[in-house]
Amino acid sequence: MSILINKDTKIITQGITGKTGQFHTEKCQEYANGKNCFVAGVNPKKAGESIFGIPIYGSVKEAAAQTGATVSVIYVPPPGAAAAIWEAVEADLDLVVCITEGIPVRDMLVVRNKMLRKEAAGGKKTLLLGPNCPGLITPDEVKIGIMPGHIHRKGRIGVVSRSGTLTYEAVGQLTEIGLGQSSAVGTGGDPINGLKHIDIMRLFNDDPETDAVIMIGEIGGPDEADAAQWCKANMKKPIVGFIAGVTAPAGKRMGHAGALISGGADTADAKLAIMEECGFKVTRDPSEMGKLIKAMI
Amino acid sequence: MKIHEYQGKELLKKFGVVVPRGVFCPTVEDAVKAAESLGGKVWVVKAQIHAGGRGKGGGVKVAKSLDEVRQYASQILGMQLVTHQTGPAGQKVRRLLIEEGADIRKEYYVAALTDRTTQKVAMMASSEGGMDIEKVAHDTPEKILKVFIDPVDGLSDAQATELAVGIGVPAESVAQAVATLQGLYRCYMETDASLAEINPLILEGNGNIKAIDAKFNFDSNSLYRQPEIMAFRDLDEEDADELEASKHDLSYISLDGNIGCLVNGAGLAMATMDTIKLFGAEPANFLDVGGGATTEKVTEAFKIMLKNPKVKGILVNIFGGIMRCDTIATGVVAAARETHLAVPLVVRMKGTNEDIGKKILGESGLPIITADSMADAATKIVAAVS
Repeated sequence: MSILINKDTKIITQGITGKTGQFHTEKCQEYANGKNCFVAGVNPKKAGESIFGIPIYGSVKEAAAQTGATVSVIYVPPPGAAAAIWEAVEADLDLVVCITEGIPVRDMLVVRNKMLRKEAAGGKKTLLLGPNCPGLITPDEVKIGIMPGHIHRKGRIGVVSRSGTLTYEAVGQLTEIGLGQSSAVGTGGDPINGLKHIDIMRLFNDDPETDAVIMIGEIGGPDEADAAQWCKANMKKPIVGFIAGVTAPAGKRMGHAGALISGGADTADAKLAIMEECGFKVTRDPSEMGKLIKAMI
Repeated sequence: MKIHEYQGKELLKKFGVVVPRGVFCPTVEDAVKAAESLGGKVWVVKAQIHAGGRGKGGGVKVAKSLDEVRQYASQILGMQLVTHQTGPAGQKVRRLLIEEGADIRKEYYVAALTDRTTQKVAMMASSEGGMDIEKVAHDTPEKILKVFIDPVDGLSDAQATELAVGIGVPAESVAQAVATLQGLYRCYMETDASLAEINPLILEGNGNIKAIDAKFNFDSNSLYRQPEIMAFRDLDEEDADELEASKHDLSYISLDGNIGCLVNGAGLAMATMDTIKLFGAEPANFLDVGGGATTEKVTEAFKIMLKNPKVKGILVNIFGGIMRCDTIATGVVAAARETHLAVPLVVRMKGTNEDIGKKILGESGLPIITADSMADAATKIVAAVS
């Protein structure tokens, strides 16, 4: 078990023929069961061709129908990325992972509201991870995204973060001390996104192969506080929490579009306080996330 | 990206929002001429800088004669205007807006912004116009009304009316207030704004609704499709080093400390800054070199950090994933040589090709201090500079 994906997941790559799509598709294929998991690519202009042995289809719907794939990963450049998400949603996939960084916020607002309307009208609910995220991985089974596979190790600790390299930092520490990960998930650095900390914490809570979770957040937005409140009432597993940006000045966008302090609740200190109050083992030293979780299990 | 008030008002006008007649003026002479051509007996002389709080800082004056227009324009133009948003050094005023005076009966607050929780556009309105809205939100949150707008539908008449009536716009002016709110919403959406705020929006003695100020912020992801907004960009208002960094695709923000830091990834960069503080020093900057750092990029990053005279040491923290540690190590060595680095340098590398990276640093003959963890790196750089 794991969350969201495993060795049997069948995946479509949207934007497979672009430079980024090609580079990462090869790496994903090389990782664990990737050869069997990445079953289709999409490019209307190259339908019928193949790349790295992966057949290319004209649309997500067709790719899903032909291969039985239920998940897609998107590397489409920003101007067309929201439309690519919507195409995957219309094809009734289970999960869409959008790696693309720099999608206009208005496009994300529109596609998110269209997704909500579809669900409200009784249509199939498609989960979205990202955009502007590293993706997710279940070690020794499958990786979907741009994280370096070799730093991971199969284990029983869940990792969730908005940031890519900070996820790798936590993963690296867990691997080094011999614990490993059940799944590691990057929710992305954009202000309007799909799955949030709270959704991932729910999944880790229900996953019998996850014993504890490292939850990493950063300045800006309500995600970490929402997740903390939910965990206080529901989470049965120990959590180590870290928030990046104690030293970030207000009003400045710190790299990620969503990492911006516009009010008091956006600060790292405010989030750390809520997490502590909700029973997390909170640290201000990101070097000790792994050690702390080891002490708790 | 931010723009000036006079530019924001140009945008609002296009969407049917009524603004005072005004003229943008780069010189004192222009200001006097503008006041003459506007006519009337009262004018407002307004400093145009990107920061808020201009009135309190002395950047907005009401003139009751052309002599006063000249006097205030001379005072304001060229001054270092200090507000709560500029920092202690202030921002030099290079542009003025001269406007006709307004007959203010009541001041309101209205704004559109993206709400992360509901994933809708939030339209906010308050009867407490002309005040610091953060303070209103803190002291009297019940005085801020909000509606959430599904971008597929837009701002409905019912929602706009709810806000207008809710903040106490008199019945005879509600239709105009509704048109103003809908204009503001359309302006927000069509220009890809991330914030569009009118504070104050006023009710005039004759019942007209008018925008007295305009504050905009735009989604930088969308600027590629907003040439009209890009044309409003004022480089004088931006930090020169941040601007230089962005040309090299580096995300850089200068801070007040003395430890420069160079990191890959925004989250890890913030975490590195925090660790420096945790171990007793202050970071001099945020710097994310991104995923595809080359030797050239690392060298540019060093140059930008070292331009800051406060920098007494540098901490490099790299988690090698797709970007390999040996590539970064080669870049760091080349950058240290090219910049004749004279301050202590601590490098912490993890991940792909970590060992080759460390070997390159070790064999460079440069006094580079290596570290294993972020805590170790922070301890070492703090010790090296103190």
